[in-house]
Amino acid sequence: MQPDISVKHLSKVYGDGFQALKDINLEINRGEIFALLGPNGAGKTTLISIICGIVNLSQGEVKAAGHDIVREYRKARQSIGLVPQELNTDSFETVWDAVSFSRGLFGKAPKPEHIEKVLKDLSLWDKRNNRIMSLSGGMKRRVMIAKALSHEPQILFLDEPTAGVDVELRRDMWKMVRKLRENGVTIILTTHYIEEAEEMADRIGVIRHGEIILVEEKDRLMSKLGKKELRLQLQSRLDKMPGELTLEPIELSDDGYELIYTFDSQQEQAGVARLLRTLGDLGIEYRDLQTRESSLEEIFVGLVHE
Amino acid sequence: MNLYGVRAIYNFEMARMKRTVMQSVLSPVISTCLYFVVFGSAIGSRMGDIDNISYGAYIIPGLVMLSLLMQSISNASFGIYMPKFSGTIYEVLSAPVSYVEVVLGYVGAAATKSVILGLIILATARLFVDYDVLHPFWMISFLILTSVTFSLFGFIIGIWADGFEKLQIVPMMIVTPLVFLGGTFYSIDMLPPIWQTISLFNPVVYLISGFRWAFFGVSDVHVGISVGMTLVFLSACMLAVWYIFKTGYRLRS
Repeated sequence: MQPDISVKHLSKVYGDGFQALKDINLEINRGEIFALLGPNGAGKTTLISIICGIVNLSQGEVKAAGHDIVREYRKARQSIGLVPQELNTDSFETVWDAVSFSRGLFGKAPKPEHIEKVLKDLSLWDKRNNRIMSLSGGMKRRVMIAKALSHEPQILFLDEPTAGVDVELRRDMWKMVRKLRENGVTIILTTHYIEEAEEMADRIGVIRHGEIILVEEKDRLMSKLGKKELRLQLQSRLDKMPGELTLEPIELSDDGYELIYTFDSQQEQAGVARLLRTLGDLGIEYRDLQTRESSLEEIFVGLVHE
Repeated sequence: MNLYGVRAIYNFEMARMKRTVMQSVLSPVISTCLYFVVFGSAIGSRMGDIDNISYGAYIIPGLVMLSLLMQSISNASFGIYMPKFSGTIYEVLSAPVSYVEVVLGYVGAAATKSVILGLIILATARLFVDYDVLHPFWMISFLILTSVTFSLFGFIIGIWADGFEKLQIVPMMIVTPLVFLGGTFYSIDMLPPIWQTISLFNPVVYLISGFRWAFFGVSDVHVGISVGMTLVFLSACMLAVWYIFKTGYRLRS
């Protein structure tokens, strides 16, 4: 199947000589939630801005919904909805007018029933006649999303969509994003909240210094790069690490009552079994054990600091 | 062509006019009325006729042109500057609209507002001074042509400006003096020869002269030259706008 977003050899050099993107190659499939992660200044917003037509590319080719963003910019842009990072809204407009404006701007005939549906889905219906300036930050964020959805886009870019919103609203947005995905909308998400990507994304892309360093399915990424930790609470205190265990990736806690064993999640069976056998052979007894899987955040931090 | 897009921008800008009717319409109308009272009635009653036209009537085209130029520039420059300032320009830049459509929306709305304002001022002038329009077609044509041209000019200023101060500099420091020295209150024939020659370098002279001709059939320069000069300025503005969109100047990095 043809990808919804296709980026080939994309580079961007700004007027001051700063190279924001270096030879980016990326494909995003229809109907998936793709999370683009990276530290500040990594190039996430530049990449999104180029695909959406806000920033000119320096080199390469980008297609959205099968249309070249330069040669067939009308068709390409019609298929895209963008929720930018900043809360940029027309303060004096009403919610209804602002969302209707966006639909018209993207070349769609008025369709009040669709605007009504979008506003209701985002719990904005009661506020439809309110001026945007009178809304809270979270509500303004919803308006931005409503504007992006007003023209029924096939692809939706969410650039830090939940920055500065409360937990409840964040959960609502996740729900809405999943619903959009169920309706076949492709979602590209950048976020600082790694738990957001962990919760929602099908695939993860990591960008660092303008280069894509990894694109992987989330589950595979978690199992491939994730670490597990086994903590054993000992019956008796150990003064020092037994010699038989020094070759293992294992640590003794400062109080001597806990052994902490770290292992790759893919090798868990062999490693844990061997460790427990060794402890049995040494007569070291334990009263409890716990395992913990490393989060996407820990994987992400590990990747970007490599 | 994305007509819905053009209409969306146009309606958005017209809605702004409705929201700011005091600033957009009433304020320039009141200012112009004060000119009519002071220069037309109070001082004008002591002035002789110019080209057999009462002084009060003679200054009408110039005063309308003054408001028209200022409001065209102000409307269009604010229209495009505000989205840049508030950050909402991202939506226009990411929309499937060509630069011609963007210009049609913003400049079309700014010019419409100016034409409406010009007609209101003309109607208001009737309360103070009796006048006839000898060439109504040309009067309307000049009104529209000037509004479009200076709205385009305002659009360029709005893109160029990176602060509110710059938005004001060109209208206040350049356009206002040009209008006052462009024959709003006098015929350039009344100036010494050297100043007459200097005045011919003022593009506003041609606008006011042509507009006055449409009212009274008298002008400082031939009406053909007035139309020609206006078209030259219009073309220069169009060229500048084309360059802005081609290069992305202050819009797309």
